[in-house]
Amino acid sequence: MSTLDLPYQVEPHPLTGVTSGKLGIWLFLASEVMLFGSLFSSYVLLRVGSPPEFWPLGIEAGLSVPIGTFNTLVLIGSSVTMVMSWASLKMGNLGAFRRYFGATIGLGGVFLLVKAFEYSTKFSHGIFPAVGWPELTDPSMFYGLYFTFTGLHALHVLLGILVNLWLLIWGAAMWETAPERFAGRIEIAGLYWHFVDLVWIFLFPVLYLL
Amino acid sequence: MSEAHPELGFWRKYVFATDHKVIGIQYGISALVFLFIGFCLMMLMRWQLAYPGEAIPLIGGLLRESWVNQGAMLPNFYNQLGAMHGTIMVFMGIVPLAVGAFGNFVVPLQIGARDMAFPRLNMMSYQAFIIGGLVMLTSFLLPGGAASSGWTSYAPLAVIATTGQTFWLIGMIFLIASSLLGAINFIVTIVHLRAEGLTFFRLPFFVWSQLVTAFLLLLAFPALQAAAVFQLMDRLVGTSFFLPSGLVVGGEPLAAVGGGSPLLWQHLFWFLAHPEVYVLILPGMGIIAEVIANNTRKPLWGYRTMVYSLLFLGFMSFTVWAHHMFLTGMGTTMSTFFQATTMIISIPSVIILSCLLITLWGGSIRFSVPMLFALAFLPMFGIGGLTGLPLGLAVPDVYLHDSYYIIGHFHYIVAPGTIFALFAGIYHWYPKVTGRAMNVTLGKIHFWLSFLFMNGIFMPMLFEGMAGVSRRLFDPTIYAHGAAVHGLTVMTSWSAWCLALAQIPFVINFFWSMRKQERAEENPWQATTLEWATPTPPPHGNFPETPVVYCGPYEYSVPGAARDFSPQFVKQEV
Repeated sequence: MSTLDLPYQVEPHPLTGVTSGKLGIWLFLASEVMLFGSLFSSYVLLRVGSPPEFWPLGIEAGLSVPIGTFNTLVLIGSSVTMVMSWASLKMGNLGAFRRYFGATIGLGGVFLLVKAFEYSTKFSHGIFPAVGWPELTDPSMFYGLYFTFTGLHALHVLLGILVNLWLLIWGAAMWETAPERFAGRIEIAGLYWHFVDLVWIFLFPVLYLL
Repeated sequence: MSEAHPELGFWRKYVFATDHKVIGIQYGISALVFLFIGFCLMMLMRWQLAYPGEAIPLIGGLLRESWVNQGAMLPNFYNQLGAMHGTIMVFMGIVPLAVGAFGNFVVPLQIGARDMAFPRLNMMSYQAFIIGGLVMLTSFLLPGGAASSGWTSYAPLAVIATTGQTFWLIGMIFLIASSLLGAINFIVTIVHLRAEGLTFFRLPFFVWSQLVTAFLLLLAFPALQAAAVFQLMDRLVGTSFFLPSGLVVGGEPLAAVGGGSPLLWQHLFWFLAHPEVYVLILPGMGIIAEVIANNTRKPLWGYRTMVYSLLFLGFMSFTVWAHHMFLTGMGTTMSTFFQATTMIISIPSVIILSCLLITLWGGSIRFSVPMLFALAFLPMFGIGGLTGLPLGLAVPDVYLHDSYYIIGHFHYIVAPGTIFALFAGIYHWYPKVTGRAMNVTLGKIHFWLSFLFMNGIFMPMLFEGMAGVSRRLFDPTIYAHGAAVHGLTVMTSWSAWCLALAQIPFVINFFWSMRKQERAEENPWQATTLEWATPTPPPHGNFPETPVVYCGPYEYSVPGAARDFSPQFVKQEV
């Protein structure tokens, strides 16, 4: 045993009303807000410093709003199944948990596949991060920001999928020994997943519509 | 309870450790090594500055051909040394020592916890730190050498620099991940794992300082993370986030899309790096508060005021970053705002320093080695702070910016300031960590020589800066006004080399005391805080019995009490 039995792993702390793990994930998300906040602030600064003719709307630049909308719905759907999986666990139904949680992972995978399809169409049209707009050599950072933001977001989705897969395949053994603690872990994974979803809710209009 | 755990093997106990005390020691040893490396880089630079173009004695012939020409330093190598000295000292030396080492070892003990809230996360934090540090160091072996665009990595210079800069960015991403994991761990530990009876206003000031520091690390570092991602994209994928249009490098137009903003890098960088300055100093202030209360045998004067000042300081540190950018042409409106916030943030620092100073008044001071360092900290930090005021005002900053004055100012805060605080901490907690006290005579020799030479280094810099010598010159004698004050440069260099010699008593003391000094008691300084309630050295799990706290952290010389200290963990007879 490498770790001691520390308090507040299952029962909430009287002051904060949450477990240590949950406080930890909220702090992590605060840090993530600052990360994406820095990215969006940079977007604003770069855009206001750029002549409008070099800054296209998403559609003008060739982004597909229907595909983006589809992906938004996929992620929102995955957040719903995430909540359902946690609720099933709280009601003691491990089978339903497995189905909903598996669906969350699957929808995350669908999101990444659609994203990969979008990327590959761009690449096949000769559009890369270092390409300007409307001419390839024009000073526009639109594609640079598009690929950087969506790439970082996709990394977050990928990380969430990997952690969730671990929880589904190996982590679920904890259900037998410490069900409350396992439910806590799913709740924490869920908070992260909702956050990643929320980031996309901001990314989609900023990149595709504005 | 700790007896119930089976003995761990060597690897689990010392390398992949999850015990906060072992991780603290790992951080401490690594950070001291990095501090030494950073110091060595600076000593090489000092040779070039004092004796420009002359062959480096002793080791000049041993260095790589791309670094030296017949033993004399080449400009590109000088730039690498400058950039890496700053990076190593700030991100791999002082912060890991102040937060990673002292924070990890002392905070759980002072709050009566059995470990950090997330022991495995703690281990990962150290591993990310050491990987980041090694990436930084290996960049010296690259064909083009290490990063050479200053510790601030200003764009566009850094974007067009050699591969060393890519290593710098990747190393930095690891160091940021490490701080992030550490910060989450500290906040949860301090909020959740305090012992029974240990309310927030019974926390030792050191714990408060670590709590605020953790918030700064948590919320400020992501800005540099974003900036590092942008710069990596610029360097590796060819985007132009920081590259303006029409950039000409070496007479050739740069093949890049352009349209980016070099100022954006500075905003993102300083949004991290100004809170980072407070990350450098706050744990030091915390250590000094512990040492001063203990050695004056008095409660801290204005403890609550100090805590409120600390919180205000932490908040304000997010609003002053652009005072590093008065010269960038961002406009007078911006400058006015940021000079106002900068003047405001000096107030809580002055309050904390004044409280510490007033604490001395009327105390029966024990001039122990940690106390000597703490007493020296007060005026040194004072000089550092006061010399910062002209820099915070936009008008004098126009003249003083990028001169040696700013180097002198900043180093007065972190070198005779924070580093003295860290030395005070080492002498103060060494008996708890090793079970033996450090030798007092060697400690006093170390202190007086360090005190002398620290001032010998940084005081002349302030005058050189006022004489107008730029901080970025490879050869400071090429301008007449620099040549006129060259004597000061030589003095600085000799003081720096003597300061290195002055550390020899410390190194001897550090290793010799571990084996040869007499064993220390559990509470050798007769202190009041919880870390002294543990057996020495503390076992896995720290406390034999769960501690309960009955009073505030600095109950010294309580009228009517039998002894001049009333520990937090002892119930007083009423």
